Amino acid sequence: MKTEAAVDLKKYSFKLFVTGMSVSSTRAIQNIKTICESYLADNYSLEIIDVHKNPMLVQKYDIIACPTLLIERPEPIKRLIGDLSDKEKILKLFNIKNT
Amino acid sequence: MASKQNKNKSLKDLAIPKSPTGIDGLDEITDGGLPQGRPTLVCGSAGCGKTLLAMQFLIKGITEYNEPGVFLTFEEPTEDLQKNVASLGFDLKKLSASNMLHIDHVEVERQEIEETGEYDLEGLFIRLGYAIDKIKAKRVVLDTIETLFGGLKNEGILRSEIRRLFHWLKEKGVTAVITGERGEASLTRQGLEEYVSDCVILLDFRVTDQISTRRLRIVKYRGSSHGTNEYPFLIDENGVSVLPITSLRLEHKVSAEIVPTGIEGLNHMFEKGGYYKGSSVLISGTAGTAKTTLASYFANETCKNKGRVLYFAFEESPSQLVRNMQSVGIDLESHVKKGLLQIHSSRPSLHGLEMHLLSLHKLVKDFKPDAVVIDPISNLISVGSISEVRAMLVRLIDLLKLNNITALFTSLTQQNISGTNELTEESVSSLVDTWITVRDVEGVGERNRGLYILKSRGMGHSNQVREFIISRNGIELLELEIGPEGMLTGSARKKHRQNVSAQKDKNIKDIQRRDREIARKKKILESNIETMRIQFESAAEELNKLEMEEQELSEKLTPPIKKHIKKLK
Repeated sequence: MKTEAAVDLKKYSFKLFVTGMSVSSTRAIQNIKTICESYLADNYSLEIIDVHKNPMLVQKYDIIACPTLLIERPEPIKRLIGDLSDKEKILKLFNIKNT
Repeated sequence: MASKQNKNKSLKDLAIPKSPTGIDGLDEITDGGLPQGRPTLVCGSAGCGKTLLAMQFLIKGITEYNEPGVFLTFEEPTEDLQKNVASLGFDLKKLSASNMLHIDHVEVERQEIEETGEYDLEGLFIRLGYAIDKIKAKRVVLDTIETLFGGLKNEGILRSEIRRLFHWLKEKGVTAVITGERGEASLTRQGLEEYVSDCVILLDFRVTDQISTRRLRIVKYRGSSHGTNEYPFLIDENGVSVLPITSLRLEHKVSAEIVPTGIEGLNHMFEKGGYYKGSSVLISGTAGTAKTTLASYFANETCKNKGRVLYFAFEESPSQLVRNMQSVGIDLESHVKKGLLQIHSSRPSLHGLEMHLLSLHKLVKDFKPDAVVIDPISNLISVGSISEVRAMLVRLIDLLKLNNITALFTSLTQQNISGTNELTEESVSSLVDTWITVRDVEGVGERNRGLYILKSRGMGHSNQVREFIISRNGIELLELEIGPEGMLTGSARKKHRQNVSAQKDKNIKDIQRRDREIARKKKILESNIETMRIQFESAAEELNKLEMEEQELSEKLTPPIKKHIKKLK
C-alpha cells in the first residue's frame, strides 16, 4: 500500500483515511480512484489508510472525521471530509478544470 | 426525606455506582461522585473553571483512586494545558510519563476542511478508543466538544455523531466529563449535550456589587439524589473546592462540656459557669461597648486552656488587635507564638460572602480549632443582603456545630428606639444558643457599660443587668446596685454608695446618743433611788426610836397594869 519513495516525485499526493468497508468509505475510495485515474493520470500517489488498523496515524495526522482525504500536495495541506461525491468541488481544489 | 433515604439504603446494591471526584465538597453534593461509566456534562460561561474542574477530576482519579485517564482537548495545545495546571500544582508531564495520563490535542479550527458529502467522526472514536485502551483508562475528559461545530459545518451529522459518542463512551464503561460552553437559552450552545449526559453540572461566575462569586449547581443527575442548591466554589492554589454545607439536618451531637467565658463575673451569671462547648454565642451591642474585648477574653481563656482559636477580625489587623488587647491586660501574642491562636484579618469586601465562608471552611478544616471568633458579623452585611448574610451564617454555624467548635460572634447594633438591629434580630437570634448584649447606660453626663444575658439555651442564667468596667487589669463585673429608681451605674452608683454610708454613720450616731441618754436616765433614777433609800433609812430610824421609847414606857407601866388585868380576869 505504501509507495513513499514514489510519492515525493508526484505532483499530487493523497492520503485517504477510511473506516473499513463502511458505505461512505467505499464510496470515497471509488470516487477518489475515479478522479485520480481520469484527471491526474500517473501524476499522483494515493495512500488508503484504515483508521481501525492504524490508530497511531489517526493521531499523527489529526484525523477526526471519516472518510478524510488529506491532500499533502499540492500545498497548502488541505483536508476533504465526506464521501468525495462532490466532483466539481474536488476538481476545483485540485486546480483542474473539468473539461 | 428520611424514609427516602432508608429506601435508598436498602436498594443500595441497585443504585448506580459512582466515581469519586476527589474535589473537596463535590462528592458530598453528588452523594459520592459522578456516575461511574457514564458521561457528565460540565457547562458554564468562559472562564468559570470548566477545564480545571475536569482536569482535577482526572488527576485526582489518577493520584487518589488509581484510575488512569484520557484528556482529549479541542481547545488548548498540550503544552499550554501543562503550563496552566502546573500553577495549581499538577505535574502533567510526570503523570503522562507514568502512563496514567494521556493528553491528546485535537485541532479542529486550524484545519482547512472542505466537506464533500457524507462522513462520520470515526477518526475521533478511533483516537479516543486507542488512547483508552493504551493506558486502560477509566476516566475521560472531552474539552470542549462543541469546538467541532466551529470546524465542521454539517450540524446534522455532528449532532448524531456526538450522540453516538456519548453512547459509545457508556459502552466503553468510562466515566466521562464533557465540558460545554453555556448557550443563550440552553445550558450548552448546541442544546444537545445536556440531554445525552447522565449528570449535568453548571458552573457560574457572577459579579454582584463588584464582588465576584463562582457557583456550582447540579442541574440533573439521573438515578441519584443530589444537592440542588447553588454552591459557591473556589479556585485557589489547590484547585477547585466546593462548599457544600447546607445540610440543615440539625443532627449534630452536642456536648455537655462547659467552656469558661474568660471573665469571672460573667461565668457566675451562667448557671453552669460558662458556655456549652460547640454552642454559638452572640455578643451584640452598640459601638464602643467592648464587644471585641469580650471576644478576646474568650479567645484568651480558651488558649490558656490549651485550646486552639481561630480569630477572624474584619475591622482590625492582627497586630492592632494584639496591641489593643494588651491595654486591657490580655497577652494574645504569646498564644499566637505558641500556635494556639490564628488571627485572620481582612476587609469583608475583599470577596463575596460565599468566599468568606469558603475560606473559613478551609481554615477550619486545616487548623481544627476548638473555638472560632468572628468579629464582627455585622460587617458582612456590606457585601450581601440580610438574607444572604443569614444564609451564610446558617451554614457557618452549622459547620462549626458539626465539628463541635464553639463559635463566638460579635455584632454591631444601631442604637435606635427599640435598641435592637434588624440583622441581629432577624437573622441571628434564632441561630445562636447564647446571646449576650452589651449596652450603654447613659445618665447624668456620663456613659457606662452594662451587660446582660438575653438568652442561654439549656442553661439557667442571671436576669440582671450588670455594669462592668474596663481597666488596665481587664474587665470587671460590678455587683448589682439598686437604687430607688432602678439600676445604678457609674457616678450614680458612687453617689448611692456615699449616701448609704452617710446614712449608716448617722444611724450609728443616733444609737450612740440614745445609749447615752439611757445611761443618763439610769444615773438619775439611781440617784433618786439613793435619796429615797436615805429618806427611808432616816424614817426607819425615827420609827425605831419611837418604838424604843414606847417599850421603855410600857415596861415601866407593865407590873401595875398586869396586876390590874389579872384582877379583871
